[in-house]
Amino acid sequence: MTANYKTIVKDGLWDNNGVFSMLLGMCPAMAMTTSATNGFGMGLATAVVMAASSLLVALFRNLITPEVRIPVYILIVAAMVTLVDLAMNAWMHELYKVLGLFIPLIVSNCLPLARLEAFAAKQPVLPSFLDGLFMGLGFTIALTAIGAVREITGNGTLFADASLLLGPAFKAIEMRLLPADTGVLMMILPPGGFLVTGLLVVVKRLLDLRAGKEIQMGGAHSVA
Amino acid sequence: MNAPIILLPEPSPPPRSLMHGVILGAFCLGFGLLLAITDRITVDDIAARAMEDKQNSLSQVLPDGIHDNNPVTDTLAIKNAAGRELTVYRARKGGVVTAVAYEIFGTGYAGEMKLMLGIDREGKLLGVRVLAHKETPGLGDKIEVKKGDWILRFDGLSLGNPPLERWKVKKDGGQFDQFAGATITPSGVLTAIRSGLEFFAANKAKLIDGS
Repeated sequence: MTANYKTIVKDGLWDNNGVFSMLLGMCPAMAMTTSATNGFGMGLATAVVMAASSLLVALFRNLITPEVRIPVYILIVAAMVTLVDLAMNAWMHELYKVLGLFIPLIVSNCLPLARLEAFAAKQPVLPSFLDGLFMGLGFTIALTAIGAVREITGNGTLFADASLLLGPAFKAIEMRLLPADTGVLMMILPPGGFLVTGLLVVVKRLLDLRAGKEIQMGGAHSVA
Repeated sequence: MNAPIILLPEPSPPPRSLMHGVILGAFCLGFGLLLAITDRITVDDIAARAMEDKQNSLSQVLPDGIHDNNPVTDTLAIKNAAGRELTVYRARKGGVVTAVAYEIFGTGYAGEMKLMLGIDREGKLLGVRVLAHKETPGLGDKIEVKKGDWILRFDGLSLGNPPLERWKVKKDGGQFDQFAGATITPSGVLTAIRSGLEFFAANKAKLIDGS
């Protein structure tokens, strides 16, 4: 079977989006999206871990027997997360101070595990790497979108503190869209996470319907 | 494509399960080694970063002008009233203790908040900074200096100024503003600062003696 790179990219970013189509990784998608910047940072860290672990699983796919595959996948994901955690702490310390809390949580995200099982376990190295990367980037888009909606409605700002995460050059994208103290606090608290995630899932499905696409649901195993 | 591996395989005889153990063990060993090597490579850098962080948080509450030593390494351990051992960092000039800094703890809206408090030898606050907290983003986090100047209002105050019973938020009859939508957080910070000032008063002799 020849992998279709265009499909991999489209699936990851939109058609089979980890959050909005497969409804995976709900915990970080709601817990880490109190602002667009937080969602973006968490998404990127997840994308790095997913790309690396997909690559490794594809590389060793003929060695990993079905009976031990789940512990091996978890081992690989956990090792990649620890690696990213240590490396960022040592060499990207400013970024680590913002994201540090979130990184260990990637282990508990079921999206990487689902992609290893559904894709990387059966596919060559390059397509698997791309699948991990683009599923991760799709996750980043979803978390940034949820974070943006929650931040605008809850706090009246967009991309606040982006310069802390991405460097001083990004001061320009920090915006205040509504006057201070007009936000609806609930949107930043946990209920807002559920509301916004649900609404954005609906928005995505409406867009897909309008485009005449077949709606994919619960598609963790509907690929490859 | 390979055989569908989602299906459960037939129960395997002992030699196969031994092989699975070996495979799993080999992966554990391999990735364990990888992590051990990474840890070795990063351990010095991480320790250096932690030291810098400590120095940064100390330099915010102990101005450079008042000391010629490195307070990070000039420490003293004293138990506070709650029985918790505090590490006290001492700033000295010409060997004389000019100011001390130590961590204080308060209870906020979402658990414990950790703050660093700097105080000169007369008992006047040099500064208070929040080191760690879990308060609501956009509300309680205005206690952070990078999110607002609320925390700077304590500079120069001391245990008698204002009087003890006024070290509260306005809502509780004190003299400090709470901020919109959050009372518990600033009130927790105030309680922490007050207990920090009391800690200084109770241990003053030991703290500024410098031995």
